[in-house]
Amino acid sequence: MKYMLIFRADDKALESMATTDFAAMIEKVGKMNDELIRAGVLLAAEGLAGPEESVIVDYSAEPPVVTDGPYGETKELFNGFYILNVASMQEAVEWAKRSPITGPGFKTEIRRVTTIDEMPQDNEWIKKERAWREATGQL
Amino acid sequence: MTEPAGRAAVAAVWHIESARIVGALARYTGDFALAEDVAQEALAEALVTWPREGVPRHPAGWLLTVGRRRAIDHFRRHAVQDRKYAVLAQELGEGGTAAGGEPADPLRAGEAVLWDPDQIDDDLLALMFVACHPVLSREARIALTLRVVAGLTSDEIAKAFLVPTATVQARITRAKKALAAAGVPFEVPPPEQRAERLGSVLTVVYLIFTEGSSASAGDALIRQDLANEGQRLARILTRLVPDEPEAHGLLALTELTAARFPARVGKDGEPVLLADQDRRRWDHAAIRRGRAALSRAQQSERGVGAYGLQAMIAECHAVAASVEDTDWERIVSLYDALAHLAPSPVVDLNRAVALSMARGPAAALEAVDAVAADGAWATSHLLPSVRGELLLRLGRGEEARGELERAIKLCGNERERAVLRGKLAGLHPSQNPE
Repeated sequence: MKYMLIFRADDKALESMATTDFAAMIEKVGKMNDELIRAGVLLAAEGLAGPEESVIVDYSAEPPVVTDGPYGETKELFNGFYILNVASMQEAVEWAKRSPITGPGFKTEIRRVTTIDEMPQDNEWIKKERAWREATGQL
Repeated sequence: MTEPAGRAAVAAVWHIESARIVGALARYTGDFALAEDVAQEALAEALVTWPREGVPRHPAGWLLTVGRRRAIDHFRRHAVQDRKYAVLAQELGEGGTAAGGEPADPLRAGEAVLWDPDQIDDDLLALMFVACHPVLSREARIALTLRVVAGLTSDEIAKAFLVPTATVQARITRAKKALAAAGVPFEVPPPEQRAERLGSVLTVVYLIFTEGSSASAGDALIRQDLANEGQRLARILTRLVPDEPEAHGLLALTELTAARFPARVGKDGEPVLLADQDRRRWDHAAIRRGRAALSRAQQSERGVGAYGLQAMIAECHAVAASVEDTDWERIVSLYDALAHLAPSPVVDLNRAVALSMARGPAAALEAVDAVAADGAWATSHLLPSVRGELLLRLGRGEEARGELERAIKLCGNERERAVLRGKLAGLHPSQNPE
C-alpha cells in the first residue's frame, strides 16, 4: 500500500528551521532518505520552497481572492512529502517517527494514497483519468 | 496503548528492522543461528512489554540490546567467555570480565551500531548470502530469507505459502542446524564464490516474487503481500550490489510484472488474460520504474543476464498499446536468447506461446510438441492448457477438449481452473458429443 507522509510545520517551527545549520540538516534528511532506500520502501519524495514564495487562492468569495503567501496566520504549512510503499499504516507511522526534523510545531500527517480502482470504473471522467495517467506515467 | 495496537507496533518495527538486528547480532556473536534465536527472544519480549509500556523511543536499539543480553546469557550458560563475549559484556555494562572503564549506555551503543552505514550494508548482504546458502533446500532458503531478511513471522510465511506454521518453523530450525553443521561463516562470500552465491540470492528473491505474482495454490490469483516482499527484497539488493546488472534486471522484472497486477484480476477475482486486459489499468509509474531499472541493467559491460532478458520481454508488453501491437517477433528472439542462457521448460513453453502470436498456431503447436517430448511437463497444467488453446485455434475441438480436461485436473489454482472450465464450455456445440 502507498502512504503519503506530509510534513507540516507552524510559523515558529519554520523560523527555527531558518537558523539551523543547513549542511547539518541536509545530512540528517539525506540519512533518512538513505534508510528508506535501503529498506526498499521509498517511491517518491519532494520538498517545497518556503511560504515567502507562495501564493494563496481563496474561494470564500466569488471571484476567488489571490494573495501572497500565508503570512501572520499561525497555521501549519505543508513543506514536503514522501510516498512510501509499506505493508501497513503502522509501518508508515514507524517511519514517520524517525523524521530527523523534530521539535515544537513540527508534525507529520500520514494519509493513505487512494488508487484509481476505488473510483467508479464506468464513469467517463475516471476513464479519462486513466488515459491521462497512462500518457504521463503518474504514480 | 491497547494490546492489539501494541502488537501491531511490534510487527511494524520488526518488519522494518529485523534484518538489521539479526545481521548485527550475527556479527557480534559470529553465530548466525544463535543470532536468529536471540532476535526471536527479543521479539517475544517486545510483544509482552510494548503493549504494556508503549513503544520505546528507539525500538531497534531496544530489540538489539535485549538480543545482545540474551546472547551473553547463552555464552555464560555454555561457558564460552572469549573475546567476543568480553566485548559484548563490556558494551552492555555487564562487567565481570571487562577491565575498568564506564560501561557505555547500551541503548545508545546499540543505536550507534545500527546506524553505522558501513556496517549495515555488509551485515545485510552477509545475511542474504547466508539465508540463501547452497547447502540449504529451496524451501529452507525461501523461509529463512522471508524470516530474517524480510522480517515476516513464521505465521505470515505459513499463510503466504499455505502450509502449517509448524512446517515453516521446522524448515527454519533445520536450516539453522544445516548452516551450523556446514560451518557456514557469517560473511559476504569471497570474490571467487560471489557470482554463484549471488545467483542463489537472486533466485530466492525471484521465487518469492513469482509465488506472489502467480500463486501456485489456493484461491487468490495474486498474493500482493508476498509479491511486494519479493519486490522490496529486489530493491534492497540493487542498493547493496549496485554493480550487478542482474540485480537491476530482477528489479526491472518485478516492477514490469507488478505493473500488470491491477488489470490481471477481474471484479470477482477471476484472472483476466493478457489479450483482454484493460491496459489503462496498468500501473504506469511501476512501468517507468521498471524501465529505469532495466536501462541500468543494460548499461553494464557484462551484458544483460537472464533476469534482464525476462525484464526486456515484460517491457515489450508494457510498451505495446495492445496484443496486436506487441512486437512478438522480438519476444520470440528474446526467448531464444533466454533459452540459450538459462534453458528451462518454462522458457520453451513461453517461447511457443510467443511463436503462436508471431507466426500462428500451427508453428507454435510444433514447438509445443517438441517441448512436450522431454517429459518435464508431465505433472503441470500449463502444457495441456497451452496445447488446448492452440488446438482450439486450429479448429481441432475434440483434441482440444482432451487437453483442457487434463489441464483442469492438474491445475492447483481455483481461479485458473475456472478459466479453463470456461474455455471447455465454450467449445462449439457440434464438438460436444451428446
